[in-house]
Amino acid sequence: MQWETVIGLEIHAQLATQSKIFSAASTAFGAEPNTQACPVDLGMPGILPVVNQEVVRMAVMFALATNAEIGQRSVFERKNYFYPDLPKGYQTSQFEFPIVGKGKVEIVLEDGSTKVVGLTRAHLEEDAGKSVHDLYSEFSAIDLNRAGTPLLEIVSEPDMRSAKEAVAYAKKIHSLVRYLGICDGNMQEGSFRCDANVSVRLKGESEFGTRAEVKNVNSFRFLERAINFEVERQIDLLESGGTVVQETRLYDPTKDETRSMRSKEDAEDYRYFPCPDLLPVVIEEADIQSIRDALPELPDQRLNRYQSQWQLSGDDARLLVQDRSVAEYFEAVANQADPKLASNWMVNEVIVRLDKDSIEIERSPVGPSQLAALIARIADKTINGKIGRQILDALWSGEASDVDSYIADKGLKQVTDTGAIEAWVDEVIANSPDQVQQIKEGKDKVMGFLVGQAMKLSKGKANPAQLSELFKAKILG
Amino acid sequence: MALSADDLHRAAKLARLNVAPQSQQAQLDALNAVMEMVSAMQSVDTSDVEPMAHPLFQSQVLREDVAVEPNQRDKYQASAPNTDAGYYLVPKVIE
Amino acid sequence: MMMTLKQQLDLLNSQKASATELTQEALQKAHALQDKLNAFVTIDDSSLEAAKSADERRARGENGLLDGLPIALKDIFCTDGLKTSCGSKMLDNFVAPYDATVVSKLKSAGAVSIGKLNMDEFAMGSSNENSFYGPVKNPWNTQKVPGGSSGGSAAAVAAGIVSATLGTDTGGSIRQPASFCGITGLKPTYGRVSRYGMVAYASSLDQGGPMARTAEDCALLLSAIAGHDPRDSTSVNRPVDDYETALSQGVAGKVIGLPNQYFGEGLDEGVRKVVDDAIKALESLGAKVVELDLPQQSLALPAYYVIAPAEASSNLSRYDGVRFGYRAENPADLNDLYCRSRSEAFGEEVQRRIIAGTYVLSEGYFDAYYRQAQRLRRMIYNEFATAFESVDMIVGPTTPTVAFDLGQNTKDPVAMYLNDIYTITANLAGIPGLSVPCGFSDGMPVGLQILGRPFEEGTLLAAGHAYQRATDWHTQQPEGL
Repeated sequence: MQWETVIGLEIHAQLATQSKIFSAASTAFGAEPNTQACPVDLGMPGILPVVNQEVVRMAVMFALATNAEIGQRSVFERKNYFYPDLPKGYQTSQFEFPIVGKGKVEIVLEDGSTKVVGLTRAHLEEDAGKSVHDLYSEFSAIDLNRAGTPLLEIVSEPDMRSAKEAVAYAKKIHSLVRYLGICDGNMQEGSFRCDANVSVRLKGESEFGTRAEVKNVNSFRFLERAINFEVERQIDLLESGGTVVQETRLYDPTKDETRSMRSKEDAEDYRYFPCPDLLPVVIEEADIQSIRDALPELPDQRLNRYQSQWQLSGDDARLLVQDRSVAEYFEAVANQADPKLASNWMVNEVIVRLDKDSIEIERSPVGPSQLAALIARIADKTINGKIGRQILDALWSGEASDVDSYIADKGLKQVTDTGAIEAWVDEVIANSPDQVQQIKEGKDKVMGFLVGQAMKLSKGKANPAQLSELFKAKILG
Repeated sequence: MALSADDLHRAAKLARLNVAPQSQQAQLDALNAVMEMVSAMQSVDTSDVEPMAHPLFQSQVLREDVAVEPNQRDKYQASAPNTDAGYYLVPKVIE
Repeated sequence: MMMTLKQQLDLLNSQKASATELTQEALQKAHALQDKLNAFVTIDDSSLEAAKSADERRARGENGLLDGLPIALKDIFCTDGLKTSCGSKMLDNFVAPYDATVVSKLKSAGAVSIGKLNMDEFAMGSSNENSFYGPVKNPWNTQKVPGGSSGGSAAAVAAGIVSATLGTDTGGSIRQPASFCGITGLKPTYGRVSRYGMVAYASSLDQGGPMARTAEDCALLLSAIAGHDPRDSTSVNRPVDDYETALSQGVAGKVIGLPNQYFGEGLDEGVRKVVDDAIKALESLGAKVVELDLPQQSLALPAYYVIAPAEASSNLSRYDGVRFGYRAENPADLNDLYCRSRSEAFGEEVQRRIIAGTYVLSEGYFDAYYRQAQRLRRMIYNEFATAFESVDMIVGPTTPTVAFDLGQNTKDPVAMYLNDIYTITANLAGIPGLSVPCGFSDGMPVGLQILGRPFEEGTLLAAGHAYQRATDWHTQQPEGL
């Protein structure tokens, strides 16, 4: 049987405001428990919410960046349920009239083709607090610092057909909110959370299958694994004659599996109704225009610019623009050194090293100026690429800090003295009669061996291109 | 449309209230008396009337994004039934 | 001898009495009458300190609008450092770490609060019999209810403990007890007075307001508490009228509408007669009286008893035994903590309204009840708006009957709810309403309700003031206290 996977994502992006959505308490991460929970966040008697203007501005930015409809009159409603980290017994959210309506984003698939994913809506709501279950044997401990942190919940259409597509979409949204500066995107700290609605159906079927909602996915890697696990689980279930039940499932990254959290039967009846403590949020056309005018350059625009301004390849440019900080790092390098070389070094060296060490570019041990200095020395042939990588390693480990002084201290400068180079070339020719003969017979590939031998003699400081030229001249005349 | 005992229990469960068996019938009778009074509105044709959530026909006033609330945890927790190390404590939630 | 706020202010200004003396006297009366009336939940003897400070300010010539005047607050207004119970076991141990905005405003005007007044639990009730602290008695006859939910606020003024108090009105909770206790009470326009720090019952209906002996005193108090509050998104940002100046407008030339629906079936004959006389008095003061037909008014009670419980069911979810308030002992688990804390600490009427409210919002019933009620609400609003195109005020009885016996209606919620039949329309529409004493029936006071256009509190107060200058019902005092 041929199965088709159908995925829709609900992404909760914490908005990067100073204060909470309805109170003037700080949203800073990591404070002592309940030190950033004021009477509004604690749901104390008689206390009332007032909407933070910044969350409205940020939601409109998101709408503009995704070509979405803007709910010019959006309404906060109450979603009623009991949970200890939900202080008021309801979450103030939006339901019937969200601030962002239908929109769309374009994602690039692995084969280089593009796909448009529809956005159903995005709405503002308050985050809940945190329940800590492992501090006490008999109690759960409630910390309400996070309660009231503004969230933009971004709901996609069920347009994704594979885990990879879902990840590409999630990365796209991640990239967008970071570009817009409306979310720090930190998945570890929970600033950017993905829930996946996953279902399967037989290919050609027009109805959707019953879906399960997979929660608690805090990295793109886990998102892909959680979806793949869930898809397999559902297919196995259906092929063995079972049925999928609509439920919420929790992804457990240590076991790499999803497990049932609550089924639809115990699903709450949320009793949404308009929050009588708040009035409709009305956004004027002029406000939208001024937010539009102040929008930063977005990834797709930047991609086009890199290709036209610096003639970068589509693949490289896409890799560079995805993360706003990476793009900004790259531009800082490209403005001080050859952009093409800068792109190569970013893609092949810096990003690879960051991934290997699992660090964000903000914490890269090598800054853009250092990389630019390194590239400049390659461009002006002071060093060759191989030495360049060696220096980058030294910079990365902290052994080196200044490129030029490191080159000087370690004597890594490329040898340009033709006398010395000729001597190495002659020595290699004398020691490698077989290979010399092969080159004379037209076997060009052997040249690499000769150059390599000469490089060894030069301790890596010769210019390989120059060596190659010299070998050719001496052997072929 | 009268409430059944099931309706009462369903609403009570959502509202996190217990219904004592001995008071169930009295509660139902009282609720149904209220709902009967309320049901007078079912016959009114309101098809062309916009629902009114609020007597104020204004829009939300927005607050500047400044974090100025001081930490007053001790004061806020003074009335709390059970706290420790700054946390509110509840019976362990098993997830 | 009972005094008005104005008279007390004159004493203070002419140095014939000090704030300390007035406060001492109020505290003494409060203590002396507590057993008899049960008007207070908390009597705050430390208020003498505030009175002393007021005297010092006055000596320095730095006195505010209400400086040194003893008042008292319905126990629904949060007071920093002093228990705010809202009449409930749930909040019996609750000390708010903040002042309600109106409390701060009264403090900065110099008023001295001598305590917190008894009320129906979470403001749900029309007789003050739903209080965890026991019922309040009507000073005119202690076998009778004082009305509710602001029963303590009305009784304290009627008994002359203080000249003015603050109450709240969600469906008539200022006007009905004012009427039952023979005092003057004003429910301002929704949004005129901040709700910040006022424990919520039904947020789109609740409004705090003054209760006093006279319209003039209500004007004085309203001047102190009205105005925009940046902490309440539903408080209106428009200038506050000069209510004291407005008082002199009188009622001459004003058009007063009498809705047939306020004089129909269910209205006690004694009340009708007294109200008819009051209307004649207004006519003789120059008002023009016209009849009105407001057929949608009959929809108000059903609409109210959907909307108010719906909002209440959500507003009261925060009382879960976790962060403040009552917690059941030895909960077996979280759900037991929730269910027992709430069932043990909420009274019967509160639980009934929470369940009714939960029901009307739940899946399958939302459109038939909640949404339908919101539509009726608009019809009622529209009907008022149309009426106010041709009349300046709408007048009728505040309640269908005078104060009833304690225990008379406690078994029949619907009979109890019918008490609010003339008052709840103003809450649904958000318009202001004033109740002034206009006579007696069966020895109990009768109230005249005057409704007006949004933000025209001045017009209502002027009418009440003109009426009180021509009559002496508001100066009558209960005997035998």
